[in-house]
Amino acid sequence: MIEFDQVQKSYQVAGRAIPALHPTSMTIAAGEVFGIVGHSGAGKSTLVRLINLLERPTGGRILIDGENVTGYDAGELRAFRRKVGMIFQHFNLLSSKTVADNIAFPMKLAGIYSRSEIRDRVSELLARVGLADHADKYPSQLSGGQKQRVGIARALACRPTILLCDEATSALDPQTTQSVLSLLADINRELGLTIVLITHEMDVVRRVCDRVAVMDAGRVVEMGAVSDVFLHPQHPTTRDFVFESENIDRGEMQQDLAHADGRILRLTFRGESTYRPLLGSVARQSGVDFSILSGRIDHIKDTPYGQLTLSLVGGDLEVAMQALEAADVHVEVLR
Amino acid sequence: MEALLNGLFTNVDWAEIGWASWDTLVMVGLSLLFSVLIGLPVGVLLFLTGKRQLLEQPVAYAILSFVVNVLRSVPFIILLIVMIPFTVMLIGTSLGVAGAIPPLVAGGAPFFARLVETSLREVDRGIIEATQAMGANVRQIILGALLPEALPGIIAGITVTAITLVSYAAMSGVIGGGGLGDLAIRFGYQRFQTDVMVITVALLVIFVQLLQMAGDRLVLYFSRK
Repeated sequence: MIEFDQVQKSYQVAGRAIPALHPTSMTIAAGEVFGIVGHSGAGKSTLVRLINLLERPTGGRILIDGENVTGYDAGELRAFRRKVGMIFQHFNLLSSKTVADNIAFPMKLAGIYSRSEIRDRVSELLARVGLADHADKYPSQLSGGQKQRVGIARALACRPTILLCDEATSALDPQTTQSVLSLLADINRELGLTIVLITHEMDVVRRVCDRVAVMDAGRVVEMGAVSDVFLHPQHPTTRDFVFESENIDRGEMQQDLAHADGRILRLTFRGESTYRPLLGSVARQSGVDFSILSGRIDHIKDTPYGQLTLSLVGGDLEVAMQALEAADVHVEVLR
Repeated sequence: MEALLNGLFTNVDWAEIGWASWDTLVMVGLSLLFSVLIGLPVGVLLFLTGKRQLLEQPVAYAILSFVVNVLRSVPFIILLIVMIPFTVMLIGTSLGVAGAIPPLVAGGAPFFARLVETSLREVDRGIIEATQAMGANVRQIILGALLPEALPGIIAGITVTAITLVSYAAMSGVIGGGGLGDLAIRFGYQRFQTDVMVITVALLVIFVQLLQMAGDRLVLYFSRK
């Protein structure tokens, strides 16, 4: 468990303190995949580096499994960092070492593993990330996705309990992003390891995260379960991110709505209700006619969801709304 | 063949050329060795104590940087002369091959130190960050990550330093340093024996070409990018 207790960070620039993170308190539960989303400069990179103290907080306490890590001395800090793996946007592999030596590197640094332990662990990890044939290659001979897999294997070498991902998929193409994200999800499931992932893409959050914090100008402006934040964003920044990830142009959407007649509703289905043939039966019951203005059916992590914007004309609107709510559909009246 | 050579180069004593070449080789070899032994740690220190680096120490950096700059800004021909009392104290003579080594190192080591500093700065900061995140201490970051990553640059630096030392070693002939430079000055210049001058220059050119080729090969071998 990672706890932030009024943690803040500011940088001294030309004698003035520039805040990078305003006092922030939050808790990341053990075993969850926690996303931090924000534009560049929002402070998410600072926040993730505070967890393994690559950045020192200028105030507050950081507790990992109940222990205040901000008070550690140099030796304790190094031992602690071995239990926190980290992967990076640009992979940061050592170009002078082979794939196998890169993965072995943190174990060698730790100085507590025998040669055979290291060898066994490296081949186990290579197999796990699907790179068993590439052990003796150098990073420059690998593709971006393969490099990130080496990064993941290296981060897991010392069996950490926390994995920090700093824009880990931002330098990858969509297909590779998908495969790296499912690898992370598998690892989270198999090893029960806590993953903290920062990204500027809401789509990444939607695919793998359990909970998400949205950051803007050094503050966490919204935090909660991904499905809540994603389907019912409250803060303007969050809305921007959600619209962006769904390729929705707000101006166009307003125009489309202006052309539609009658009442406009946004329906949100979650889980099993997504697949139920609900709209037809509601239409028959209430006598309303509806047309679909926009819609999306997809998954948040493993849960299916649907979000439809409808215009309703004629019939008994009250009956229709009640029937929808009775079927566990979230109804939002847009007009 | 030999008759032809002797006819063309009447003044050339080939045994003398052989000895002088060997002396140059020894001067460059030994001074390069000491320049690397001194310059490498100094270069690492320059890098580490520099701005926004692992052991940022503005005062230490300023002092180190000042000393390096002073040694580098003195023209080598002057350094040769200024160093004479110090060389006599250290080795007992300022003449010959042995007497040339201290000024050569005084010229070569700071030069190499700067090259080491530059090639360490070329290493991606992300590599240092990743190594820190693995729980490495400063020594492990230097030996395990920084130096291996900077190795091609450092080898290129050794090549450039070696070539600079060849020309410095030739210059040391002015104060009686021995080697090909000594030969060129005593015979080629002072006795107007142009053929000796031509031979010594040709040998120096060949020597520099060989060094550069060997250095380039090594850089290529150690580059994994």
